[in-house]
Amino acid sequence: MSAIQVKTAADYQAEGKEPEVLFWVGCAGSFDARAQKVTKAFVEILTHAGVDFAILGNEESCTGDPARRAGNEFVFQMTALQNIEVLNMYSVKKIVTACPHCFNSLKNEYPALGGNYDVVHHTAFINDLFSSGRLKVSGGTFKGKKITYHDSCYLGRVNGQYEAPRELLKMLDIELQEMKRCRTKGLCCGAGGAQMFKEDEPGDKRINIERVEEALDTGAEIVAANCPFCITMLGDGIKANEKQEEVMVYDISELIVQSL
Amino acid sequence: MIQIIAFILLFGVSMFMAFRAFSKIRRNILLGGGDYDVVDDTPQRIKNTLLIAFGQQKMFKNWIPAVFHFFIYAAFVITQIELIEIFVDGFTGNHRIFLPFLGGFYTFIISFIEILSVLAFVATFVFLARRNLLKIPRFIKPEMNGWPKLDGNLILIGELLLLIGIFSMNGADVVLQDIDPEHYHDTGNLAVSSWLGPALFGGLEQSTLVMIERFGWWLHIITVFAFLNYLPYSKHLHIILAFPNVFYQNLKSRGEIENMPEIMTEVKSMMGLIPEDQMPEMSDDIPEFGAKDVFGLSWKNIMDSYSCTECGRCTAQCPANITGKKLSPRKVLMDIRDRATEIGNNIDSGSAEFYKEGADTTQPLTADNYDDGKSLFDYISREELHACTTCNACVEACPVTINPLEPILKLRRYEILTESAGPSDWVPMFTSIENTGAVWQMPTERADWTKSLNETEA
Repeated sequence: MSAIQVKTAADYQAEGKEPEVLFWVGCAGSFDARAQKVTKAFVEILTHAGVDFAILGNEESCTGDPARRAGNEFVFQMTALQNIEVLNMYSVKKIVTACPHCFNSLKNEYPALGGNYDVVHHTAFINDLFSSGRLKVSGGTFKGKKITYHDSCYLGRVNGQYEAPRELLKMLDIELQEMKRCRTKGLCCGAGGAQMFKEDEPGDKRINIERVEEALDTGAEIVAANCPFCITMLGDGIKANEKQEEVMVYDISELIVQSL
Repeated sequence: MIQIIAFILLFGVSMFMAFRAFSKIRRNILLGGGDYDVVDDTPQRIKNTLLIAFGQQKMFKNWIPAVFHFFIYAAFVITQIELIEIFVDGFTGNHRIFLPFLGGFYTFIISFIEILSVLAFVATFVFLARRNLLKIPRFIKPEMNGWPKLDGNLILIGELLLLIGIFSMNGADVVLQDIDPEHYHDTGNLAVSSWLGPALFGGLEQSTLVMIERFGWWLHIITVFAFLNYLPYSKHLHIILAFPNVFYQNLKSRGEIENMPEIMTEVKSMMGLIPEDQMPEMSDDIPEFGAKDVFGLSWKNIMDSYSCTECGRCTAQCPANITGKKLSPRKVLMDIRDRATEIGNNIDSGSAEFYKEGADTTQPLTADNYDDGKSLFDYISREELHACTTCNACVEACPVTINPLEPILKLRRYEILTESAGPSDWVPMFTSIENTGAVWQMPTERADWTKSLNETEA
């Protein structure tokens, strides 16, 4: 494949063009080594499907999700209003992101602050690429592999999107081994509500350990996820169980890239 | 005649007392001073009320309790028809006044009530067993110790009394219909009492039968009045509040945490986003953000707390609670309710100790001049608030659409914004977002990942 090029919204503006969609990378997707791989996988998918996309690059800031959920409305407003200024300056209409927390804030919280965009999560976006015929996969890569899927709270329970990710897995010929707690009853990985950035409160167990035990119970070799924070939490939980050699955690986009 | 007078007295006293108690609940709910933006969509609200409150849609995520709960609920609702007759009979001194008008339909209705009552009878025992023998985990959490546990059992025992009342009344009546058909009109073949009556009471003296029939009638109506007056002090209040609570549920996305326009405006003006001439006047008072007490919550948050029937489905789904943390969404709701009740009772006492410092104690005590030196933080610990992952499992789980997450976030806001307190771990995250626009302080630039895009990776 030819070299992948990632252009910023500023590049498009300089060329007098408009991208089809803005890819919101998010803090994790930009800085976290594990999540960067997901970012790159998604970029590869976009390129493969011939999608004209832009990123904000250094003009992007945290959406403010963890600040707002921790209770710090000032910090949330500062970063969110800053982002809205930038997004509106580039007249952004459609946003795709691989982070359900960014997705939720952009979609549900920015309108009250004056930011109105059509926001989609990357699993739904990729699903559309398939249904419109812009993307095709060859099944079989994961034949015979046991795979389970972890619903992130902010894509699943909060935004009611349970099917798009599962449809993608089905397209890969994956026979899904559902965990006991899935869909509306899916158990949190433990990172939400700004827990990612603090030590746990005293208790018997870490939440990610509880979730990973359930995932391991399915006998899965791959845990598919849709959120960078879930991926970190589940990965840590698997390490704590000393299963990192046998069980891998992947974002759904990473599974798709392997089947392109 | 004595019976009519006794009935009217009982009716009057219990209605008066119930009215007073319910008015207090209403007042306590309205202690909530925070905003609650009710999205105007009445058709959707009616639909929700029919499906979720009337149809108990969310109960059916868990079939076993849902079916048994439905038996009790259906029996309760349908029995109200018979209760109307009991009322009319009570006021007029008649006996089964609807029977001559309805004929065969009367037999059908009473039979229907009887069948549901038998099912409710079974369900009541199942529920007593689930609470006391099977000890289903969500019923034995620490917040259930004491009154909540007793309350749960008292309601079930009251339920049994009601059913004993109905069957004594109808059973004795059926037997009396053969002995004294002039006073005890033929009700037709009742589904349960027509065999249960003769089986239990057959062969008894007429005077004894009359006593049993009257005992059943009075037991039923006294239990109903007692229930009515018990509701305002019990988790059982959900049988009423579930309906308005579902009707007024938040119709906006769950993902949207309520905006704080006052902070938005201030940040906008700091960022120069508001033209000079449109700047709002800033008051010199230091504002209080978030909620410290029920006064800072919305009336809906408090209505939520009074609608809670302590079933614990929220707590059973809470990831923090499952992994042994102190947070229990149910306890948060119970605490809000208990605090609102405490404030309400203190306001009613009018005692000088509950006035704000320097307030004029000749004025009546209200929410505005109230200060008892306590707050919700005396009920809900920081540790509980800090354990929440905002995963919405509790919101999803509640059968009557209570939102435990909202008050948790409002208390967090108070802690962070007004007290400048909160977990110290969060401070670097806040500063980093503020200074560098990322949740972590990084030595690299945000778009640096693009540089390694075309490097081959394993």
